[in-house]
Amino acid sequence: MEIAPSSVPRGAPLISVRDLRTYFTIGSGGLFGVQAVVKAVDGLSFDIYKGETLGLVGESGCGKSTTGRTILQLIRATSGQVLYDGRDLCRLGDGEMRRMRRRLQIIFQDPYASLSSRMRVETIIGDALAIHGLASGRERRAMVRNLLQTVGLDPAYAQRYPHEFSGGQRQRIGIARALAVKPEFIVCDEPISALDVSVRAQIINLLEQLQEEFGLTYLFIAHDLSVVRHICTRVAVMYLGKFMELATNPALYDDPLHPYTRSLISAVPVPDPDLEDSRRRIILMGDVPTPVNPPSGCVFHTRCPIARERCAREVPEWREFRPSHWVACHYAGEPIAQA
Amino acid sequence: MTSGGRLLEVEGLRTVFRSTRGPVMAVNGISFHIDAGETLGVVGESGCGKSVTALSLMRLIPDPPGRIVGGSIRFKGQEILALGNRALRDLRGKEIAMIFQDPMTSLNPMLRVERQMTEGIQLHLGKNKAEARAHAIEMLRRVGIPAAERRIRDYPHQFSGGMRQRVVIAIALSCNPSLILADEPTTALDVTIQAQILELLRETTRASGAAVMLITHDLGVVAGMCERIIVMYAGSIMEEASRREIFYNPRHPYTIGLLKSVPRLDRPREQKLPQIEGIPPDLARVPAGCPFHTRCRFVTDLCRQVTPQLREVQPGHRVACHYDVTREEAA
Repeated sequence: MEIAPSSVPRGAPLISVRDLRTYFTIGSGGLFGVQAVVKAVDGLSFDIYKGETLGLVGESGCGKSTTGRTILQLIRATSGQVLYDGRDLCRLGDGEMRRMRRRLQIIFQDPYASLSSRMRVETIIGDALAIHGLASGRERRAMVRNLLQTVGLDPAYAQRYPHEFSGGQRQRIGIARALAVKPEFIVCDEPISALDVSVRAQIINLLEQLQEEFGLTYLFIAHDLSVVRHICTRVAVMYLGKFMELATNPALYDDPLHPYTRSLISAVPVPDPDLEDSRRRIILMGDVPTPVNPPSGCVFHTRCPIARERCAREVPEWREFRPSHWVACHYAGEPIAQA
Repeated sequence: MTSGGRLLEVEGLRTVFRSTRGPVMAVNGISFHIDAGETLGVVGESGCGKSVTALSLMRLIPDPPGRIVGGSIRFKGQEILALGNRALRDLRGKEIAMIFQDPMTSLNPMLRVERQMTEGIQLHLGKNKAEARAHAIEMLRRVGIPAAERRIRDYPHQFSGGMRQRVVIAIALSCNPSLILADEPTTALDVTIQAQILELLRETTRASGAAVMLITHDLGVVAGMCERIIVMYAGSIMEEASRREIFYNPRHPYTIGLLKSVPRLDRPREQKLPQIEGIPPDLARVPAGCPFHTRCRFVTDLCRQVTPQLREVQPGHRVACHYDVTREEAA
């Protein structure tokens, strides 16, 4: 069944990110040490609307995970704003932020690393309820059992330890823990990348079902463009700390404007032999440059198939090329000569 | 695509690992072949036995805890399971080369690339040091390493992930092997680098005439790379066919389920992904009968009791299933 094209977002944004920057200092800085600054997130501005799933795609090291964590203040921003319900999360103190965190949760990639191995499932999920003072005693235990059922697990599993579960089941526990505090917004940080292929669809379906049931808003971070296309309302493409393109789901895939987006889409192998044989790929040259010393001008120009002299000089403006279709490229939409 | 005669013939291969929970049947009696010059895809999830199969072919199963307990592996007519250490050394790297998922697994971080390349070339091709060095530089050039005569002096960590995998491919190709076992060679790489490496693998093996066994969990990768495909599950082969048959006429419920459950860029979006229920079995406790029966929507009592054998449903298309899905799919 085909979905009607997602509409252009309406209503007030749930989260507004303004000129967000997260810089890391690396190197010891001590005797003979050389310090360098990594601009992991470098001036992002975007909105996340209530009830939507905003996809954030890009290759490893592009800053997508750091963006998610900075929004949640798990990493503090260097500058910029994250406006949530009229308040700038970057300005909140630790105590206030902790209280706020009930409404903003995260699901991690690696279900093996994100659950404490010494705690029973009951404690892992129940602690979230205890910390936020939401329930105690018998009520808390009942809620945990309810949550397990919600994510498709046997309530009797509450007494077990994480190592007794498969990857997919652990991810369900991680989801139950995030859901426990009744959040409004969840950052899903590569939630299915570590799972077996035959289990991925189960978790994708679960996330979609929960979104509908509880009216959740997701920031869905992934490197798999096929999965993002399936689950997201809008998609942002990131490269070396910056957004290259942001558009509604059908527009980004059907009519990508940025040469990086186009090459990413064309690089995804498709399980169809005839199509694979006839497809013409845009194969990018070289590797992603180091974020310690990003290229001048447009950060993508060193690998761009349509780069010109201007691209090395001038940082392209982040502009709304078409309604709700944003891009940072001097030559957005120009055709690419394919190999 | 110069397919010749039988290069490799595997029959009834069984590889078992000892574990605290009892024996783990990693590879449970599989039979298949690879022809000279062809690219065979082996698809499956983690734990299905695809990597253990590759390691078994090279006799690289760590013993203990692992052991090849049965079957036969004939390479160019020679029984690999009967070879002594010396013959094995001549085989590995020269006749059969391997590319792993993580290039750091196959590269020694303490040695310059030069040393790691020339060692094998000198040993297997009988070249002297200078000749081996020249050959190594030529191989690096062929896989697209810029300034190869300088970079050959570098250590592995001085290369990026994609460049490192190119070095591994150069090493694999350097003694002109007739078979390359590539175990998830692009899984650790970003999608734009994956496209580069797959293209390189395709071009270089086509030029050298080497056969490739490409192991992956990614159905898209095999669709573009392989002429024939084997689908594995819980240590057994579920289906084997040409790539067109696998993708356009799959006959095993597991293959069909997998193909339907992945979101695809080339199809309209679906409301809900058709999912396979349940989880892959614990290999220390593989269920009786068909290993997939606990998750199969066509399961019958027969499947719970009798392990289906691979049977030919069309020339070159083999399926291990009691059920004929074509009846259902037609409806």
